[in-house]
Amino acid sequence: MFSGFMVNAWLVATMVAIVGGAVGFFVVLRGSAFVAHAVPNGSFAGAAAASLVGINTIIGLAVFSLGGALGIGLLGRRGRHDVATALTLVFMLGLGALFLGFSIEYAPEIYSLLFGEVLGISSTELAPTAGLAIASLAALAILYRPLLLSSIAPETGQARGISPFRIELAFLVVVALATTMTVPVVGTALIFSLMIGPPAAARAFTVRPHVAIALSIALALVTVWAAIALSYQTNWPVGFFVGTISAAAYAAGRAWTFTRRGASSARS
Amino acid sequence: MHQVLRAIVEPGFFSSSAVALAAVVGGLVALVAGAVGVFTVLRGQAFAGEALGDIGAAGGSSAYLIGIAPLWGFVGIAVAAAGVMETIGIQRARGRDLATGIVLGAGFGLAALFLYLGTTFDNTTGATITILFGSIFALDKAILPAALVFGALALAIIVACYRPLLLSSISPELAAARGIPVRLIGGLYLIAMAVAVALAAVTIGAILSTALLIGPAATALQLTTRPARAIVTAGLIGLGAMWLGLLLAYDSYDWPPLHHGWPVSFFVVTLVLIVYLSARILTRGRTRR
Repeated sequence: MFSGFMVNAWLVATMVAIVGGAVGFFVVLRGSAFVAHAVPNGSFAGAAAASLVGINTIIGLAVFSLGGALGIGLLGRRGRHDVATALTLVFMLGLGALFLGFSIEYAPEIYSLLFGEVLGISSTELAPTAGLAIASLAALAILYRPLLLSSIAPETGQARGISPFRIELAFLVVVALATTMTVPVVGTALIFSLMIGPPAAARAFTVRPHVAIALSIALALVTVWAAIALSYQTNWPVGFFVGTISAAAYAAGRAWTFTRRGASSARS
Repeated sequence: MHQVLRAIVEPGFFSSSAVALAAVVGGLVALVAGAVGVFTVLRGQAFAGEALGDIGAAGGSSAYLIGIAPLWGFVGIAVAAAGVMETIGIQRARGRDLATGIVLGAGFGLAALFLYLGTTFDNTTGATITILFGSIFALDKAILPAALVFGALALAIIVACYRPLLLSSISPELAAARGIPVRLIGGLYLIAMAVAVALAAVTIGAILSTALLIGPAATALQLTTRPARAIVTAGLIGLGAMWLGLLLAYDSYDWPPLHHGWPVSFFVVTLVLIVYLSARILTRGRTRR
């Protein structure tokens, strides 16, 4: 379980969990769950386009996830944000269907794009993944203070000269970066679960941002490691375990707040 | 004249029974999605609509697995997911997004498992593609009665709670003050949306189900503020996009590069986006003046 090709899986999954947990904290804080679903899912068109033209999948993913993120940001500036996100997503998926129609792609490859193939990661994928992971964490670190302020109190942020629109665009670019790094190795579905479940659970346990981010990363790591181990034992897809464990983490968080609220109201 | 007509409408378009069935089912789905979608956009539940379509795929793949008609799997899972979303969903929009996301994540996980089990036991790898992207030209005639029933069910829920639904979508506080059971209405609406989305996802694919649910309705709400008119407009835009998309897809059978047809979903999605963007540009000019 810890030898040969499995080493790559553990390494990449660890990177994905760290980035997913950190970016996910802001996804949950800003209520951007839909965006976190749309960008990775839509970037699938990029992978299809890349395989059609015969270039590296990462380039296709980068172009499409950035394009999708900017499209959501610009379309959503005026008008309803969720409508803009939905329409951008379906347009990218429509393009993806078109590219798939042009190429003779096999179903298992589409399946692995959607649900990941974390157990089949080659050593050549390690370096670009690590690079992109560092890039997205660095971008998050630079953005940290304005992003936090703008997410919690947009008006105060604006009074201090932080444009909510620019912050939104910058944040979307971070989501796109995280997407580009994770989709080729773990699929579109897995990263979405990681960006929602563990951070939401972490926020239920603590209100302090630093602690919540650390806890979110820790929960994401536990989720991914457990998922890989279980997947290795059962041969079932990793995505299934990540999805269920993430949902279970969230349920635990909800149960915790529920019992605490019950306890404090009983005391008073 | 005849030449021009031939270039626009490929011969055989009106005589093919597959096309006729696709046009009937696609049209029905577009009308239902348009009516349901107006409330989806008003209530800001586009994410839930998209998620239900994706989760329905889990149901579709489980239906393949246990050997029942995919439509039942789609509708069953989508309605169940809508129930879970409603139960854990906090009433604030942000909490609702999160609840939707959690359910979607778990649904994706289940879809992965069912598709995996399906491919290992059954060797039908094509099912993945069919479930996710739909195949409207390969519909089975047997689906028509069930599609009619589910479409009518979704519309019936909308019609039955039209006034309270409208009020609670536009102003939940006012609706609550008037004694409308906002939560119950919201739950009923979520069921109607789940049925409509599942119906759309199984017939025309999960991509198109979101496109037809959100695009025409958002366009109609740009053009008019009156709900009844918006519902009719959305239905007509959806119908137009669907049928034009079908026509273009049929025409594209001898287009480059492969000469085996471009996907319907690409055409419909592009048309829907173009109409939405044009409406936004149009209304922007109007408000400036």
